[in-house]
Amino acid sequence: MKKPRVCILRTAGTNCDKETAFAFEKAQAETELVHINQLVGGNKKLADYQILALPGGFSYGDDLGAGKILANELRFKLADDLKDFIKAGKLIIGICNGFQILVKSGLLPGNQNLAQESSLIINDSGKFEDRWVYLRAAKNSQRAALCVWAKDLPETIYLPVAHGEGKFITNNKITLSRLKENNQIVFQYCGQDGKSAGYPDNPNGSAESIAGICDLTGRILGLMPHPERHIDPAQHPRLVRDKKIKDGDGLQIFINGVEYCRKNL
Amino acid sequence: MVYKIEVKDSPGVFDAVGKGALKDIFDLGIKGVEDVFFAQAYTIEGQISEAQLKLICEELLIDKISQEYSVNPSGKPQSAGDKHIIEVAYNPGVMDPVEESALKGIKDLGIEGVVSFKTAKKYILQGKLSDSQVKTISEKLLYNKLIQHIVGAQGTGHRAQAEYKFKVINVDLLGASDKVLLDISKKGQLFLNLNEMLAIKKYFQKAGRNPTDLELETVAQTWSEHCMHKTFRGKIEYTEKIQNPKSKIQNKSQIQNPKIKIKKINNLLKSTIMKATKELKKPWCVSVFKDNSGIIEFDDKYNVCFKVETHNHPSALEPFGGANTGIGGVIRDPMGTGLGAKPVLNTDVFCFAPPDYPFSKLPKGTLHPKRVAKGVVSGVRDYGNKMGIPTVNGAVLFHDKFVGNPLVYCGTAGILPKEKSFKQVHTGDLVVVVGGRTGRDGIHGATFSSGELTHESETISSGAVQIGNPIQEKKMLDVILKARDENLYTAITDCGAGGLSSAVGEMGQELGAEVYLEKVPLKYDGLSYMEIWISESQERMTLSVPKENINRLLEIFAKENVEATVIGEFTNTKRLKLYYRGNLVCDLAMEFLHEGVPQIAKKAEFAIAKHREPAIRPAKNLTPQLLKLLSHYDICSKEWIIRQYDHEVQGGSVLKPLTGIVNDGPSDAAVVKPVLNSSKGLIISNGINFRYGFIDPYWMAFSCVEESLRQIIACGGSLKQVAILDNFCWGNPDKPDRLGGLVRASYGCYDAAKQFGVPFISGKDSLYNEFTVHGKSIAIPGTLLISAISVMDDVNKTVSMFAKNSGDLVYIIGQTKDELGGSHYFDLFNAIGNNVPKVDPKQAKKIFNALSRASDAGLIKAMHDCSDGGLAVAAAEMAFSGGLGMDIFLSEVPYQAQTERDDFILFSESNSRFIVEIEKNRQKQFENILKGLPFGLIGCINPQKQFRVFGLNGKACIDAGLAKLKESWQAPLRW
Repeated sequence: MKKPRVCILRTAGTNCDKETAFAFEKAQAETELVHINQLVGGNKKLADYQILALPGGFSYGDDLGAGKILANELRFKLADDLKDFIKAGKLIIGICNGFQILVKSGLLPGNQNLAQESSLIINDSGKFEDRWVYLRAAKNSQRAALCVWAKDLPETIYLPVAHGEGKFITNNKITLSRLKENNQIVFQYCGQDGKSAGYPDNPNGSAESIAGICDLTGRILGLMPHPERHIDPAQHPRLVRDKKIKDGDGLQIFINGVEYCRKNL
Repeated sequence: MVYKIEVKDSPGVFDAVGKGALKDIFDLGIKGVEDVFFAQAYTIEGQISEAQLKLICEELLIDKISQEYSVNPSGKPQSAGDKHIIEVAYNPGVMDPVEESALKGIKDLGIEGVVSFKTAKKYILQGKLSDSQVKTISEKLLYNKLIQHIVGAQGTGHRAQAEYKFKVINVDLLGASDKVLLDISKKGQLFLNLNEMLAIKKYFQKAGRNPTDLELETVAQTWSEHCMHKTFRGKIEYTEKIQNPKSKIQNKSQIQNPKIKIKKINNLLKSTIMKATKELKKPWCVSVFKDNSGIIEFDDKYNVCFKVETHNHPSALEPFGGANTGIGGVIRDPMGTGLGAKPVLNTDVFCFAPPDYPFSKLPKGTLHPKRVAKGVVSGVRDYGNKMGIPTVNGAVLFHDKFVGNPLVYCGTAGILPKEKSFKQVHTGDLVVVVGGRTGRDGIHGATFSSGELTHESETISSGAVQIGNPIQEKKMLDVILKARDENLYTAITDCGAGGLSSAVGEMGQELGAEVYLEKVPLKYDGLSYMEIWISESQERMTLSVPKENINRLLEIFAKENVEATVIGEFTNTKRLKLYYRGNLVCDLAMEFLHEGVPQIAKKAEFAIAKHREPAIRPAKNLTPQLLKLLSHYDICSKEWIIRQYDHEVQGGSVLKPLTGIVNDGPSDAAVVKPVLNSSKGLIISNGINFRYGFIDPYWMAFSCVEESLRQIIACGGSLKQVAILDNFCWGNPDKPDRLGGLVRASYGCYDAAKQFGVPFISGKDSLYNEFTVHGKSIAIPGTLLISAISVMDDVNKTVSMFAKNSGDLVYIIGQTKDELGGSHYFDLFNAIGNNVPKVDPKQAKKIFNALSRASDAGLIKAMHDCSDGGLAVAAAEMAFSGGLGMDIFLSEVPYQAQTERDDFILFSESNSRFIVEIEKNRQKQFENILKGLPFGLIGCINPQKQFRVFGLNGKACIDAGLAKLKESWQAPLRW
């Protein structure tokens, strides 16, 4: 069977590209690290891939705001290619800095003219924090059904966050209610018991404890936590030694993306 | 046209920077500020239309959802009434890290006319404040005059750099008297002594000419303590006075203070540190003491390399920039090792003065330790996180004497394919400089760190302070690894201290080199040929590239927007020849440069100091003492720092710095998987305890080595393949008492490495850590950091430190002795004492090996090393990290001393001890493994949230709730 091809987009300051590629490979995809200059210069074509992954890091040093400059590059230099990619029913995932890029380029939550409607701003704590968080990814709900990346996940999953600008906000309340109504909220920070909780369970002060959202098609996902940092039980902060547990919680997200491509593209 | 744009948070958005500043001002003791607002200011210069400016502002400079902007807010910042405006901008010539990204972002919008982009920070203080209070806030918190200025204060703005007019400058050495020679050294900040100046004079007398300023600088840099380690390589006449003070309580079986009989030492490094490595002859040592870092084997495909450096002097003057460039610099060490390694982890260890140090006692010219600490942590966070290298390990210690000289140790380990572990420059290879451009920053860093700091250092050495640009380094790293894998170059090294001078000088040492200085890409005009050569601008590396590969090499660098420039060629003349616009400005024999330094002869004296033994009345209730120890700055939680570092990027993190039922307990070491599809791992640990050095640097060194190994064992590792690094931070070695301690510590290193079978593979020393105020010199406590790296066969066998299950048994392994000298318990009573912890290496090795076997067999549920604060602190940490109570019985602790005291058993810091949790049904198996070794089944884990210790009389001497213990431990550094 042919493996779906993943374009792992990198530029100056990208730094989670290799482990994101490794996670996709573990999920049986074929990956390629592609520099933005290769896409802009036409040496590589987005159309040759089924998945576009925007990994974590500090693209251009997060100068002028996290993800801002790369988001503009996508908007002003690759807009047509991206539109075609999305129109073809292909998948996009943005993790951490990738989520910031998706939000600032207007690809998430997504509307007709790709206007920016939400943002990820400096954490309420005022600083970068690396910590593990529980995420609610409701099972068997429409929500899970909408986002192709979030299928077959348990009620709560456990992943690390590591960011300074991860507080999700929207331009107004209408956008926020629209996200809820459309089931675009894919992941919410929660306590170990799955219930809503304050800091540090919600590590940044996000509205509605939002950790990840998808677009209206469910094919574009952005999230602040790092699923690629929990694909193996050895990465668990408490060194879980249960032989029955083969994979980390994050792997299923990558498998979902890859499986979707297999079946649909 | 020049446009000034101000960006601030929209109403209702939480102003985190402003609120952070407000908190810091409150910490300064200034109460009048009601609120602080923050705004980012940008100055754009260029020919652009109104519409273009609008586009830049709306699409690039602001986040439309959370920010708003205004253009050209009324000229100078105006303070009025209760509103005080402080705008902080970079000084001309200081690199503004945002500029490059911003210019790129503007071009991406299709706008070409912008020529310059500068950033500034604007703080608006609300409240009744006097001018002097505003000044205090500005100077103590908001800016550092070495790199920044307050806009509008007086004649600021962006001064144009004057064009440089070339003229060769010769320094008259030939006609100079001894006094004048010393004057030249001092005024030029060369830090060369008379002998060295005379040697240079002699060389040029033979050449029949005076040196150029550049030649003199090149020699000074190459011969600097920083680059040449003259003290360690010199001659030392050492005398030692040890009375062997047999205190009453000393047991005969203890090792006595060893007398080192050697009086004349020729090259301390070779007689101790390197000697141990040579004698141990470990087959897995690949390259030691040669390259930019030490290399050992990892698996069939890869080797790993490791290096730790210090960046103390710059961090004292500008904490953020100093630590920032410190970590940036040490990352380039693995990058410049062999043919380039990929950095996989960072480690950072700091020593500061206590954060509650009174402002009134601060020596002139020093920054407050809390500001230093915050700045250093931010600097490491910024660079490490942006490089995408996990900061996995560290330590922070505190002592008053670090007030003028904080210590900032930064380390990086890298991984490289076996066949890329060596470099070889060839005649005809091109000298290529890659990465950032060269500016006037960091002039004299190498020589400056070879002298003491004074309260004037901040003015005269300001050029030595810089800020880094991690993204420049990250993109350079990405391309270097590509070029390496295409075999495009034959050697690589970083431009660290000494800049191109040091890099080209080292690479061309055997062959010779010619460089055309006008080819070096500059940040701005106006640099002299000499400045180009010795500038320490960050993020640059030098490659030697065979001519046939040059086009491909330049192509792949260009593709990722990293500059690469041919600046010269390696020759076979064995001379260093430098040209500027066709003029020869340097012509030195490589041999003179690298071998010509006269060996230094120094005197060293060591005498065992006799300290007061504190008279501590044995208390029945020791709970308050335990709480105080948990709150000791050395011992308390460093979570505030650790969480700001990304310790999991690259996906290889196994044992994280914080672990426990809610991930907040202190791990003993870090376990990292550098190759994601292999279960092999690296364990990284560190041993540091300057307090023992107050008593005897020999045992300090021995203990540091032992501690670093103990931590490896505690994480489930073994002694099978451990390599260590030494980093000495010491006072002025020209003073015999300082040097005496250094010599004695070196012998401790040798003995420990030899006995434990762990070779040193690299190291570094930072001497002259003294701060002179009005003629009075404050030296730091002689501090040795031992950093250990160990290869672990299976990371799935990692053991963590927190209590796992109630009902499990608690053991102590190892002998507890009356060894409270230098302990944190004594420190609570402002005493040092004399019974410094010693090491019985034979016994320690047996314990280590037994515990490795037990970990390997999967018997150990949790293990924690007993170190600072002794058994009580270790056990308490295990309990509250696991959220489980513990009952401990001191009568079961193997204890060897004449005085039987609960507090001594609890708080003694005897080495080679562990607290271990074992399941009941594994008791026999575990005790079998420990046969013949000192151990005690001292208690069990209980389901209540209570930590209890029963004293020798059977009565509870500690009884505390977990929440209270944890709070004591977490509160002090919860900033």
